[in-house]
Amino acid sequence: MRHLMSPLDLSVEEVSDLLDLANDIEKHPDKYAHACEGKKLATCFYEPSTRTRLSFEAAMLNLGGSVLGFHSADSSSATKGESVSDTIRVISCYADICAMRHPKEGAPLVASEKSLIPVINAGDGGHQHPTQTLADLLTIRSLKGRLDNLTIGLCGDLKFGRTVHSLINALIRYNNVKFVLISPEELRIPDYIREDVLRANNIEFEEVERLEDAMPQLDVLYMTRVQKERFFNEEDYIRLKDFYILTKAKMDLAKKDMLVLHPLPRVNEISVEVDDDPRAVYFKQAQYAVYVRMALILTLLGIKVD
Amino acid sequence: MLNISGINEGFVLDHIQAGMSLRIYHDLKLDELDCTVAIIKNAKSNKMGKKDIIKVECPIESLDLDILGFIDHNITVNVIKGDKIVEKKELHLPKQVKNVIKCKNPRCITSIEQELDQIFILADPAKEVYRCKYCEEKYINPARRK
Repeated sequence: MRHLMSPLDLSVEEVSDLLDLANDIEKHPDKYAHACEGKKLATCFYEPSTRTRLSFEAAMLNLGGSVLGFHSADSSSATKGESVSDTIRVISCYADICAMRHPKEGAPLVASEKSLIPVINAGDGGHQHPTQTLADLLTIRSLKGRLDNLTIGLCGDLKFGRTVHSLINALIRYNNVKFVLISPEELRIPDYIREDVLRANNIEFEEVERLEDAMPQLDVLYMTRVQKERFFNEEDYIRLKDFYILTKAKMDLAKKDMLVLHPLPRVNEISVEVDDDPRAVYFKQAQYAVYVRMALILTLLGIKVD
Repeated sequence: MLNISGINEGFVLDHIQAGMSLRIYHDLKLDELDCTVAIIKNAKSNKMGKKDIIKVECPIESLDLDILGFIDHNITVNVIKGDKIVEKKELHLPKQVKNVIKCKNPRCITSIEQELDQIFILADPAKEVYRCKYCEEKYINPARRK
């Protein structure tokens, strides 16, 4: 039985197969409409996340399966002090596959060690968010036609932004990918990504503070939100939350075929005026996220559709 | 000159970095063994200048080489039988250590999940970097020799 904890749990070939399947689902949704009939997805969300949870639920419903679950720790037995290990043992009796989000890092891994059903990490604190990464990869590959030979700008909260860390780890496996890391001093990429991932693998990267300086060279701009829930100190959050705002004027500096991605939800970091720009693909990205989660559910359940 | 008598059966941990012997005493749980233990601090050493030595009179299988390798794999382990050194054991950095160090990341699941082992996995043998199995928090041995 396989679980998905990190995007690196899948080899490059497996990622490629998964993205191929997601593209086939996109083209032929009817073919997959009953693939998971009789199967149940448990969404165990110990912290609120409307988007990821609904995306998982939509994915399972699109496959003809059903969903059950809880969407905050308050509505689960965690408030009674139940451990993650015990919860997953019980959930294993109710469902065929589980998507788990938890504020504590490593909680889905703990669950996977005791689970009788595949567990998907749907985000664990500031650590990993592999299905977001797969959605990002699917979006880039589908719209750029490749995952190699790209200059990727990552902008905003690079310190706590788990989507950014996961995406870097996933993209360094492709040839000639260069990163431009755009952040304020306080939210720079953590040392372990800079040293152990980028430098250790001889990946070309630069760190800049001004978004305008980076724009002209980018093939992909990945914007992130400064996440209030990752700060212990409200003052720091208020000071940094509006550090970057992507506007039409800044988009004028970019290549004609650059893509703007964002894991969403957006707050102020992308001006609404940018939404109509064909290069702004963050809502398409949300659609691709459903396709890739459908592909993942099928793969982890071992269901093949001819 | 301080004299400490030899041991009949047990082990001598030599070339311990000066000042580290009490940590090793604690981490190897030597305080829980009902046997003779001698801790020699700041002994003169040609190689190291100063060193600590621990002599323990007990069956050799009582020694957890993994923990010792984790603390400092440069320590020399002399196995003693019949008052003689019969073997010198080589220490290696263990691939993982269980319940020796605690994850310091307050966001890690190990901070709240009951009875979850604290497991650290060797991530970079050259730099002697371990990472928490669950949250990947980095741990570098403070006793690491440059």
